[in-house]
Amino acid sequence: MNIRELIELTGARNMVPEASLETEVTCGYTCDLLSWVMAHGRAGMAWITVQTHMNVIAVASLMEMAAVIVPEGIEMEGPTLEKAREEGICVLQSDKTAFELCALMAQSGLPGTPREG
Amino acid sequence: MAVLMEKKFPVEAGAYESAGEASTTIKRTLKQLGVSADVLRHVSVACYEVELNLVIHSDGGVLTLQVEPDKVTLISKDVGPGIPDIDKAMTEGYSTANEEARTLGFGAGMGLPNMKRNATEFDIQSEVGVGTTITMSFALKG
Repeated sequence: MNIRELIELTGARNMVPEASLETEVTCGYTCDLLSWVMAHGRAGMAWITVQTHMNVIAVASLMEMAAVIVPEGIEMEGPTLEKAREEGICVLQSDKTAFELCALMAQSGLPGTPREG
Repeated sequence: MAVLMEKKFPVEAGAYESAGEASTTIKRTLKQLGVSADVLRHVSVACYEVELNLVIHSDGGVLTLQVEPDKVTLISKDVGPGIPDIDKAMTEGYSTANEEARTLGFGAGMGLPNMKRNATEFDIQSEVGVGTTITMSFALKG
């Protein structure tokens, strides 16, 4: 699945049109504890979080994630979107809940992350 | 072995807005040097964790990147306040992060264990009232 297909699947709005729609999405995840995400994030991940501050983009960029999805119509802060543009990280905004987004992604065959030890 | 490159990045206490900038620059630098994706990921995670620790817990410090032919080393040296009980600080789930850090989604008590997990070699020295020095090295394969 790529970003274009993820957008079609979820009906989410693309807040960073500059980011490539061809980027491959490898897995899905949801968590709002950034420390936790740093330990469990993966390259190509589509990460659902209600956090909207700058550090979200730093985490997504360092982990080479494919996209950040903000659920429940939450607006991401302007400077955070600006940072996302600079780093080429796709930010999607959805009216659906994190639960609904996970269900859609899982039904379409997108895997979660493999469990470690 | 000879140090091919050394760069220093000052990190300000409480500067949440710019947290991650040093890590992003370090990642870019190493990528340009041709460091493999696998090593790059381990360095990035550990580097961001240690940079955040400087922002959240320290009175300010300096992050140093050293590149040698066979390894990358990150040294985080702060000017205080120091860690009273390192064993406790190394325990997963234990955190002394303040409310501001927790609101942003930090302070899960994953930082130090996550650094140790990602580094090939990990060393922490701390003295209350003096400061903390964390040294992490990452082996470069092939």
